[in-house]
Amino acid sequence: AMDTDLSSQDRKDLDKFIKFFALKTVQVIVQARLGEKICTRSSSSPTGSDWFNLAIKDIPEVTHEAKKALAGQLPAVGRSMCVEISLKTSEGDSMELEIWCLEMNEKCDKEIKVSYTVYNRLSLLLKSLLAITRVTPAYRLSRKQGHEYVILYRIYFGEVQLSGLGEGFQTVRVGTVGTPVGTITLSCAYRINLAFMSTRQFERTPPIMGIIIDHFVDRPYPSSSPMHPCNYRAGEDNGAVYPSVEGSQEVCTTSFSTSPPSQCVFIVTKAHFQTPPPVVTDTLKVPVMGLAFSHQLSSSRLSYQPAALGVGSADMGYPLLFAGGLNAAHPHQLIGPGKEGGVPPVPSQSAHGTQADQERMCTPLDGVHYSAATPSSSEDTETVSNSSEGKCGSPHDLLETIFIRKVGAFVNKPINQVTMANLDIPFAIFAPKNVELEDNDPMVNPPESPETESPLQGSLHSEGSTGSSTGNTHDDFVMIDFKPAFSKDDILPMDLGTFYREFQNPPQLSSLSIDIGAQSMAEDLDSLPEKLAVHEKNVKEFDAFVETLQ
Amino acid sequence: SCPLSARCCAPSGAAPAMNCRAEVLEVSVEGRQVEEAMLAVLHTVLLHRSTGKFHYKKEGTYSIGTVGTQDVDCDFIDFAYVRVSSEELDRALRKAVGEFKDALRSSGSDGMGQISLEFYQKKKSRWPFSDECIPWELWTIKVNVVNLANEQERQICREKVGEKLCEKIINIVEVMNRHEYLPKMPTQSEVDNVFDTSLKDVQPYLYKISYQITDSLGTSVTTTMRRLIKDTLAL
Repeated sequence: AMDTDLSSQDRKDLDKFIKFFALKTVQVIVQARLGEKICTRSSSSPTGSDWFNLAIKDIPEVTHEAKKALAGQLPAVGRSMCVEISLKTSEGDSMELEIWCLEMNEKCDKEIKVSYTVYNRLSLLLKSLLAITRVTPAYRLSRKQGHEYVILYRIYFGEVQLSGLGEGFQTVRVGTVGTPVGTITLSCAYRINLAFMSTRQFERTPPIMGIIIDHFVDRPYPSSSPMHPCNYRAGEDNGAVYPSVEGSQEVCTTSFSTSPPSQCVFIVTKAHFQTPPPVVTDTLKVPVMGLAFSHQLSSSRLSYQPAALGVGSADMGYPLLFAGGLNAAHPHQLIGPGKEGGVPPVPSQSAHGTQADQERMCTPLDGVHYSAATPSSSEDTETVSNSSEGKCGSPHDLLETIFIRKVGAFVNKPINQVTMANLDIPFAIFAPKNVELEDNDPMVNPPESPETESPLQGSLHSEGSTGSSTGNTHDDFVMIDFKPAFSKDDILPMDLGTFYREFQNPPQLSSLSIDIGAQSMAEDLDSLPEKLAVHEKNVKEFDAFVETLQ
Repeated sequence: SCPLSARCCAPSGAAPAMNCRAEVLEVSVEGRQVEEAMLAVLHTVLLHRSTGKFHYKKEGTYSIGTVGTQDVDCDFIDFAYVRVSSEELDRALRKAVGEFKDALRSSGSDGMGQISLEFYQKKKSRWPFSDECIPWELWTIKVNVVNLANEQERQICREKVGEKLCEKIINIVEVMNRHEYLPKMPTQSEVDNVFDTSLKDVQPYLYKISYQITDSLGTSVTTTMRRLIKDTLAL
């Protein structure tokens, strides 16, 4: 049936409208996830450059990305333009939050007037998009981004992929506009299971495979928040700059002393092998001495001081900062990544605990990541991520802290268990043997509440040293040295390091043990009436005391 | 016919237009949230029902100005919305909503009322008849004011009302997307019968806001027809 075919001028106009509609759609979505309030001015005199009579700024990089994704094509049946919004934590976990889809279906409206009705309806649809982008869960998340996570966007063209949104995702339709060549549909599919976000326990999803390149978009508004959506694409080589991680610690190196065996520390968990740089690894958040640190731990080949060398006990795991490629041939030497990212080399730590003068090492978080050797993998995979090329030393640099624990001299197990003699390769013992164990390992998923047993307390109560099993990761680390930064022994008789060592293994509070805790709770409740009676008797004294305060 | 049209165009007592569609939204909010909730809904509707200023040229063509938008964060609700960048429009809405809130408070009722936003067209009549205003879209927001006992409840209310408002925005957008009746784009001589051309930066369709408070018996005690916005009704 030959309806009134679209005139060529109309067709051209329509194509142009659809193209610019797609570009503006991307701008609205990305700008709505920048984490800032958007404000544009109305202008009564038409400027001629404001498509759809709406003041929507064009962030050049976003337009560039959109055009790249579209590659000269327009949304058509089976070829949808999608904007994927995802969240990436400072620890490297990431998660898709939303997929915005601009689709075309076959339902045509031949009667509609292109240059007038279609245009105005596209304008209306953009207004709806402005409104809807503020009401999906990702909006509030994006307004709070910057410290613990950032929001990223990715544009792709083709088939819509919703599988990354998890189960039970919801869809909201923004609107549709019929045209003579098909009906344009704009919708959003969004993840709903964001509840855990508030407790800062992000889903342990595998890190994004492939290369993650982040770079910051130019800020459209000067007074904006620090983070911007980053451009996620594969295959490029930009320096990555990550948001600052809380709790970055200074390096501590210390001498060994004879005190009870060491307890906690951290293990680097999964390392992901990425031959192309950079490597993103999972991170751990583990309490140390009551402090919680959140770090991006890069698993590295580390050298350590086996206890056999007479290293004193060390006791607690001290934060030791390094990021170094280790030379397997010199297992006792800690090599700093002097070549990379401007990190100063760490002098080798002698077994006798001479205090290194090393005070602080910092590495840009993105700076140096190495893949850990697992027994199955090639130990030669020493991949080096790109250093942050000039961004080192920027305010975004972080101290990356890696904790190593040392097995003490009084460790109740054969010392040679800890030596490298048993190992085929350096740090095989650190390698994640069973990834599944991590979930049960309290050190990997530390309990949040103080009532439950923290790895620290657990270890304090363990027989002598930590069991015996090689599977027990508590034993696998060896203290190199501990020296609190900015604290020198010659200044005060009691310096921070000494203090730290002396008070590092406090006995567990009885109230923190569950049984005792429960018991004492019951006792407390029982004794309440009695206590109240006593207080009532003393009411006059209390009142007098209060008077004195007023 | 328009079920709520009794409040439309009272002076002329015109019969409701056939094409008046009516949408009703209901919200339960705490007293201090009333204003922000109402503004969020009204602004969202007006965002969709405002265009740039028309500039007529020769031969009946016209160009349209540009509408800017801005984000508004609510203080008492975990919610944000987008409104048209027009201080005049914002002031007008705030004035209306403020009066509604005061009326709610002073009515001594259980805190129930409703505020209506009506879009109409003017139809000029010959003398001695006054112009008719014919509504073509009516939005009614029913408000139920709750009193909360403690801070914890208030915090929950902040979040819940925020979620509810998200739903309302989605509802509004759904209605807008139906592309149902809209007045024809007017010629220059007719433009004031369709649009409010009094603002300097944007041009909403002609609209009026009214409200009524319900007393505890559920009957409407105070039917207040207030022309809170400068009304272009002649006479």
